[in-house]
Amino acid sequence: MADATGGPSGLQIHPMDQFVVKPLFGGDTVSFYTITNVTLWMALAILAMSLLLVWGTRQRAVVPGRVQSMAELVYGFTYSMVEDVAGKDGVRFFPYIMTIFMFILFANVLGLIPMSFATTSHIAVTAVLALAVFLGVTVLGFVLNGAKFLNLFWVHSAPLVLRPILAVIELISYFVRPVSHSIRLAGNIMAGHAVLKVFAGFAGVLGLGSILPIAAISTIYALEVLVAVIQAYVFTILTCVYLSDALHPGH
Amino acid sequence: MADPITEAAEGAGQAAGMPQLDFSTFGNQIFWLVVTLVVIYLILIRVALPRIGGVLAERAGAITSDLTRAEELRRKATEAEAAYEQALADARAQAGRIAGETRAAIQAELAAEMDKAEAQIAARAAESETAIAAIRDEAVASVTAVARDTARAIVAAFGVTADDKAVDAAVDARVNEVDA
Repeated sequence: MADATGGPSGLQIHPMDQFVVKPLFGGDTVSFYTITNVTLWMALAILAMSLLLVWGTRQRAVVPGRVQSMAELVYGFTYSMVEDVAGKDGVRFFPYIMTIFMFILFANVLGLIPMSFATTSHIAVTAVLALAVFLGVTVLGFVLNGAKFLNLFWVHSAPLVLRPILAVIELISYFVRPVSHSIRLAGNIMAGHAVLKVFAGFAGVLGLGSILPIAAISTIYALEVLVAVIQAYVFTILTCVYLSDALHPGH
Repeated sequence: MADPITEAAEGAGQAAGMPQLDFSTFGNQIFWLVVTLVVIYLILIRVALPRIGGVLAERAGAITSDLTRAEELRRKATEAEAAYEQALADARAQAGRIAGETRAAIQAELAAEMDKAEAQIAARAAESETAIAAIRDEAVASVTAVARDTARAIVAAFGVTADDKAVDAAVDARVNEVDA
């Protein structure tokens, strides 16, 4: 991940520069309330989401137009995902799941715009999301099921001898959840953007030969669009799975 | 590492390679993330989700009511067809009944006329027979009278005085013999 692959021609590639958090209106210090590129691109995510789900459905047409169809598709997709994975009683958490899905989806997709800033490439962002899910689900599990929530770690279907060992494994895997949950998203987005930037750096110095890195960028970009959507989906469906564990802790 | 601007912006040496690990920006990111999530949540819960849910429910309702209406109309059509069939069957039955009644009436009338005609014919025949019998009786009587007179005349011509009554009885016996 070194920022320079220095060569005799003075090739300077800084693939990580795109992730730097900068104040938008000058100054060097980044306090928590400073308006930075993070603020800008998160606001744009809100705007894009509102365009789809609020502006697109303004006519409330029984026979939907294009944008309204897409909004309904997203709604129905998320709703059935929550219902299928977390069960009927998980549907009351649909707005929270939808919030997470909409934020990650639009942040990922907006991050693919050239010169943009991918907010979900930062571990700080994804860790907060994952921790919120982890803490919320754990608290919910104990509130709804009391001590029975611990059945999640005590596998009744396994032989008695194996149960303590399995309990340790289950416990570890439970606490690893937020780590994998957050690093999966941030890592995917960061790696993809860094690779794009590296190839862009090659294209900048190769002259006529830059056709190769440009072709590579086009291919990787298509892949990154896929990754952006799939990672949003993966994060959301894992949230649903964890929620399902909290609602029905028995295996 | 060679870029002084990057290093200046990132501060801590550890973050030189990865801005993701520059902890000085975490507060900023987390703050704006929470703000963003709250805003998205409020937009969803206040406007977007009820609206889309409402549209979907309305569409489902419209489709259901349309289907119900179609079912109703189909049922009505079936009923109308059945009523039509019933009316047709009724009309046929009535037509058959009327035809039968008319036929029976005509038959009865015809029979009555026939009986009347037969009775008339029989009466005429009886009348004719009576007339013929009368004529015959008359003729027989005439023949008897002629025979008596002739017999008397023949008896007288032979110069025999005979009792008229005896002659008559003889003649009557002969006539009756012939008659029989």
